[in-house]
Amino acid sequence: MGPITRRLASLEKGRGWTVFLILTAAFAVGVPLLNAYAPPGSALHVPTWVVQLMGKYLCYALLALALDLVWGFAGVLSLGHGAFFALGGYAMGMYLMRQIGDRGVYGNAELPDFMVFLNWKDLPWYWWGFDQFWFAALMVVLVPGALAFVFGWLAFRSRITGVYLSIITQAMTYALMLAFFRNEMGFGGNNGLTDFKEILGFDMSRDATKVGLYVATVLMLAAAYLVCRFIVTSRLGRVLLALRDAESRVRFLGHSVTGAKLFAFTVSAMIAGIAGALYVPQVGIINPSEFSPANSIEVAIWTAVGGRGTLFGPILGALTVNGAKSFFTGVAPEVWLFFLGALFVVVTLFLPKGLVGLAATLKGLRRPTLPTPEPQPSGEKTHA
Amino acid sequence: MKLLLAFVLTVGIGLALMLSAALPVRAAGGDEAAFAAAVAALDQKSFADKAEAVTALAALAHPRTPEVLRALSAGQLVRHKETGAILIAAGGTLTDAATGEAAGRADGAPLAKIVANNQIRTRIEALLGAFLLFSDKPADRIAAANQALATPAAETAPLLAEALEKETHAGARAALGRALAAAHLAGGGNEAERLAAVETLASTSDTSVKALLTAAAANDAEASVREAAADAVRAIDRRLAVLDVGQNLIFGLSAGSILLLAAIGLAITFGVMGVINMAHGEMIMLGAYTTFVVQEVFRATLPPSVFGLYLVVAIPAAFVVAGAVGVAMERGIIRFLYGRPLETLLATWGISLILQQAVRSLFGATNREVANPAWMSGSVELLGLSLTANRIVIILFAFAVLAGLAAFLRWSSMGLNMRAVTQNRRMASAMGIPTGRVDALTFGLGSGIAGVAGVAISQVANVSPNLGQGYIVDSFMVVVFGGVGSLWGALAGAFSLGIVNKFLEPVAGAMLGKILVLVFIILFIQKRPRGLFALRGRAVEN
Repeated sequence: MGPITRRLASLEKGRGWTVFLILTAAFAVGVPLLNAYAPPGSALHVPTWVVQLMGKYLCYALLALALDLVWGFAGVLSLGHGAFFALGGYAMGMYLMRQIGDRGVYGNAELPDFMVFLNWKDLPWYWWGFDQFWFAALMVVLVPGALAFVFGWLAFRSRITGVYLSIITQAMTYALMLAFFRNEMGFGGNNGLTDFKEILGFDMSRDATKVGLYVATVLMLAAAYLVCRFIVTSRLGRVLLALRDAESRVRFLGHSVTGAKLFAFTVSAMIAGIAGALYVPQVGIINPSEFSPANSIEVAIWTAVGGRGTLFGPILGALTVNGAKSFFTGVAPEVWLFFLGALFVVVTLFLPKGLVGLAATLKGLRRPTLPTPEPQPSGEKTHA
Repeated sequence: MKLLLAFVLTVGIGLALMLSAALPVRAAGGDEAAFAAAVAALDQKSFADKAEAVTALAALAHPRTPEVLRALSAGQLVRHKETGAILIAAGGTLTDAATGEAAGRADGAPLAKIVANNQIRTRIEALLGAFLLFSDKPADRIAAANQALATPAAETAPLLAEALEKETHAGARAALGRALAAAHLAGGGNEAERLAAVETLASTSDTSVKALLTAAAANDAEASVREAAADAVRAIDRRLAVLDVGQNLIFGLSAGSILLLAAIGLAITFGVMGVINMAHGEMIMLGAYTTFVVQEVFRATLPPSVFGLYLVVAIPAAFVVAGAVGVAMERGIIRFLYGRPLETLLATWGISLILQQAVRSLFGATNREVANPAWMSGSVELLGLSLTANRIVIILFAFAVLAGLAAFLRWSSMGLNMRAVTQNRRMASAMGIPTGRVDALTFGLGSGIAGVAGVAISQVANVSPNLGQGYIVDSFMVVVFGGVGSLWGALAGAFSLGIVNKFLEPVAGAMLGKILVLVFIILFIQKRPRGLFALRGRAVEN
């Protein structure tokens, strides 16, 4: 085994790899098989709308994973991750808009419908290149990454931490929301981008395309999980954990706190952008309300419910909370906000480590002689 | 043939009529019988006859003349087909046109409408204008003069001059003087009169007057008048520019005072206690809904004469409601989260969702209407600026709340305890201050003030369950910008943000202005991470 494969293999312990591979296979292969081959009406059949719903939730899970990387591991609670998500979504939406071509209401091959409606003559420069998938895919990662880099550099350099950072990230997404509501911005204003026809030549109204997008989301989530795993088990990951618990001390020890945070923040924003890009073709619309501060705070609660600082927790949290949301809004919509509100309170008061932490505690109660192993060396703790 | 006659008659005598009609208006008394006959004469077949009847009616100068003529103009004048009486049908009821006595309900009665055409309506307008110029009420005379100023016509000059001569009321004299000057300048005066008119009009800042002067500067026959008019236009432009700045300042102050009210409570809970209360906006919302409830109670139980006082009752009520919810929040949830600000943020966000949904379930999702009491509606003219009364009251109120709070913290024993606990909790505790109770009361105070802000905001914004959401980002910006833990910082922050926003709005548009302000704050925190009025020394480290 070369050093790289050895490093990759060390991302998880033996049992961890087994669970990871089984879950990935079950979601990426099992679900589409059940959708295609189990007879409709049988207990095993997964209808396409369920596959689509799962795809949407997995995008949320990807977003929660991104937030966990900065919140759970670097102690930076960003309340603006919805902005990175939406920017990725807009980049993908722009590609999909260009794919409509002359099939729009106005039949203009160059300009999207809303631009024709606004009486624009030429495509604005920032729309150039979005008819190419590779370019759009690049922008999905680069635009949120660049914003996070600039914003993070300004913020971390002047040592804005804690709630101050949370509040200015919230202001950032709020400002972007206001900006995208403007028609003059050239992103469709209020209505956003919608009425997509096809992606990479595949008709988006076909079931096979929907299942394909779902599979892409599962694989992307698995890949992002491994990337995050790689980061948090690296030397830099140790620094992140340490600065989460005692920032000044890490600084005095000679580590670059700004650099470490900035790296995690930028990578996290890129993952959030990818989540948004996968989300838009599956729900068929992107509009400025995705930037609303409330959305970003909701991501924080998914992460907290699952258990932050665990990578697996936020994925579990996003799926659980959104599953509950779909259930409640179907059964009794007015109860949902009460439930969500109570969830915020209960999790922060009684479940600081989330569902994953709860499971560990219960396990510990059953077998008190075997304490759960701590991920970080205990020496660091006593000093901090 | 008849039509032609009507046309000639109306056009021919149109103007002369207005002037000559005005004279008998003042001379005649109120002969009831003659008036009744004149009213009955309005019911003519041909429009030409009708027009003459209108002139004759106006000549009698009866106090009820304007009402009858307006009714005719609006198509409300009718003849009862059985009794032949001339009636006014307005809002479903009938009144006798000549006497003003009630004459039963309109529905079902056999009525024939007395129709007016546009020529008659134009004539009525002219007659009414002249009639009002000599009305008994100064307010009517001023309104008529301002009407004449807005639509200057050379022909009205003699009439206005006559009215001015007889005028005694100071305000009406000034208005008439301006109207007369406008009429002179519009061609109704000789060179000296026009020069004098330019001088009179140069002191106004009305845009229609400016248009008139601009026209005079370009087209007047005399060079001296043209020059004077051009000077006057420049003077008006300067004054308008100054007024514009003043207007922006006042509007900025008004917007800032609302921001200030929303942020003062936060300056206590976040600034002094360090608690991130995301449910702060919902405290404002609760205050607004308390105002709504108090208003409904007043409407239902008390006579309308005291309705205007409901706001006075709503202020303490909102303070108590929001304050009680605040104390309950602090004791029930927040005190377990001290030292964990991010968790506090999330928990209070949860509370805000619950409060919003609770209010939505109780009162419905739609906007609730909160009325301005009489003493807060209307507007005030100040140095050429028109200010609505509710904005002024809110500016004063915001300052009063800030001053009251500062005094409370500075001089009351409770305020002393609060400051002691914030500065050094353990020492305060050792000195026997019940820190837990002080925490709860401080949080209650901050929340209560947010509730009071809600009373003020209910007067200018829609009262809906989402009311608080719009203020939360802005108020945090104010506190962060001004500096945490400083009431003066909140004051400076609120007003500078409010005013900057108003000055940016006309240049950049409302939304872009807001975005620029947010970007500015984000950059500003780079330079001064702890705000304009930063705390120094030991307090910073906590």
